[in-house]
Amino acid sequence: MGRKVAVVGIGHSKFGVRNDANIAELAWESIKQAFESSNLEPKDIQYVSVSNVGGWSGEPLPAVVVSEYAGLTGKPLHRVEAACASGSSAVFNAYNAVSSGQVDIAMAIGVEKMNESPTPTVVEFIGRAGNYFWEFENFGLTFPGYYALYATAYMSKYGANEEDLCQVAIKNHYYASMNPKAQFQRKIDMPTCMNSRYIAWPLKLFDSSPITDGSAAVILASEEVAKKITDSPVWIHSIGAASGSANLSKRNDFTGLEAAQLAAKMAYKKAGLENENTAKYFDVAEVHDCFTIAEIMAYEDLGFVKRGEGYKLAKEGQTYIGGLIPVNLSGGLKAKGHPIGATGVSMVAELTKQLLNKADKGRQATIKNGRAIAHNVGGTGHYAYVTILGLDKPKD
Amino acid sequence: MPKSQKEEAIEFLKQMEAFANNMKSSIGIPMIVDPKTNVAVWYDQRELNLKFMISIEKTRKFFESLSEGKLLATKCVKTGEILFPPQVDCPSSPESEVEWVELPKDGELVTYTIITTKPFSFSHYNDYTVGIAKLSNGVQVLAWVRETDPKKLRIGMKVKLEIVKREPEGYLTYEFVPV
Repeated sequence: MGRKVAVVGIGHSKFGVRNDANIAELAWESIKQAFESSNLEPKDIQYVSVSNVGGWSGEPLPAVVVSEYAGLTGKPLHRVEAACASGSSAVFNAYNAVSSGQVDIAMAIGVEKMNESPTPTVVEFIGRAGNYFWEFENFGLTFPGYYALYATAYMSKYGANEEDLCQVAIKNHYYASMNPKAQFQRKIDMPTCMNSRYIAWPLKLFDSSPITDGSAAVILASEEVAKKITDSPVWIHSIGAASGSANLSKRNDFTGLEAAQLAAKMAYKKAGLENENTAKYFDVAEVHDCFTIAEIMAYEDLGFVKRGEGYKLAKEGQTYIGGLIPVNLSGGLKAKGHPIGATGVSMVAELTKQLLNKADKGRQATIKNGRAIAHNVGGTGHYAYVTILGLDKPKD
Repeated sequence: MPKSQKEEAIEFLKQMEAFANNMKSSIGIPMIVDPKTNVAVWYDQRELNLKFMISIEKTRKFFESLSEGKLLATKCVKTGEILFPPQVDCPSSPESEVEWVELPKDGELVTYTIITTKPFSFSHYNDYTVGIAKLSNGVQVLAWVRETDPKKLRIGMKVKLEIVKREPEGYLTYEFVPV
């Protein structure tokens, strides 16, 4: 076990079509808030990890551009990529830097500018995010397509239907309507979701997260430093990380993401928790709902319910506030938006707010256990991170 | 006839370019102003075309055998593991040689999707089905499935691998055909 690490500062930009800000200006919106919320300044930061997937945006070295703009030039700096889990990877890096004793204060910054390219180009880039030659070059898979392969298998095996998937979209739009930082502020109903066009059968437009620009930032500190700068640290209890095969045809099962299951097991083990019936440990969860099927699989991969039961949670409304476990009270990737590199950092920022009872009215979970969980998947289960946060200082 | 996704995308880009060109003529700057939000963006004056030279030398036999109607995989001689996509190294037994083996053609569909919103470089195709099937020797292969009606597709259905010429590009590849 390394040193204890706390979240001491958070920042989060408005997500959406953010053509009004360049990549550095957009990152700064979050960086500035993170400094303000921790009473720290650029000179206090000892290590910087920037997550950005890019390709669709102009800056090939986004970390240095963001760092220079934010007055962080000179610090140890790198950019990390773990597809849609890049943000969690940046948090993991910053956590390791503090936990290992290398530094006392580290910053993770996630930023993505997807709207610098037209939509078909973005669809192309994300579609290439698998095993390029064997999945894309000849067969033109898209990102919804990869997850649709899971949706088809899941629905066929467990009898879930398209309405069950739409329940996830309806819930996440509902909570996004109360999140001023979310891309979509509009609630949707079942006919809106069910009547939306197919993008990759059986997934429809409203099963899918949007193309989003946005940023998020967190500042992590060692116990000694955290004590000095805040009365309300939120502790990182554990981070589990794992990976899956590049080529989907190498997988045995299309009803759950093995990488997420492995990451969850690791996170639970490190935090001293059992890995079954896990919903009881947490007040709130942020899970990777790039598509509605992904949220349903997350319920199972995290052990909230048994395999094949996830869609029933959605159907019964058990993941609203007051249910078994509230999930994606931010609106999730589905409706808050999914700026690829920022998403994982955004999850940690959001859960920190939730645990400190600082979420917006109508979407604040009841904090009893003082524990929250983030589940961030990169690609189609190519990378996975599960992060457990808590108000209590982790045990030795 | 409705416009293809490719025609729509190209038309959109042309409109953007025309707008930027107009602005260049009037104020000397390639600026596009969004009529809804009044936000200005710079229309990039540099263009980058990406077309990769992908190394296939070590698995060249796979590609050359397609014209003989064969779909090849590799097999680790020591462990017997069959590798597809073919690879010439065995991570489970690094000292093992590999040999080329022909894959069986018949299999069962494991899962599938029908792609309707296509990537730009696939936007000239009609909707296509991508599936993963398990071949009779247990190896799984991902490829197009020649059926785009979801009512006629189901998990577990029998399919057969065929070597086909992909048009309009005119190159050999493989796809599943319902039996």
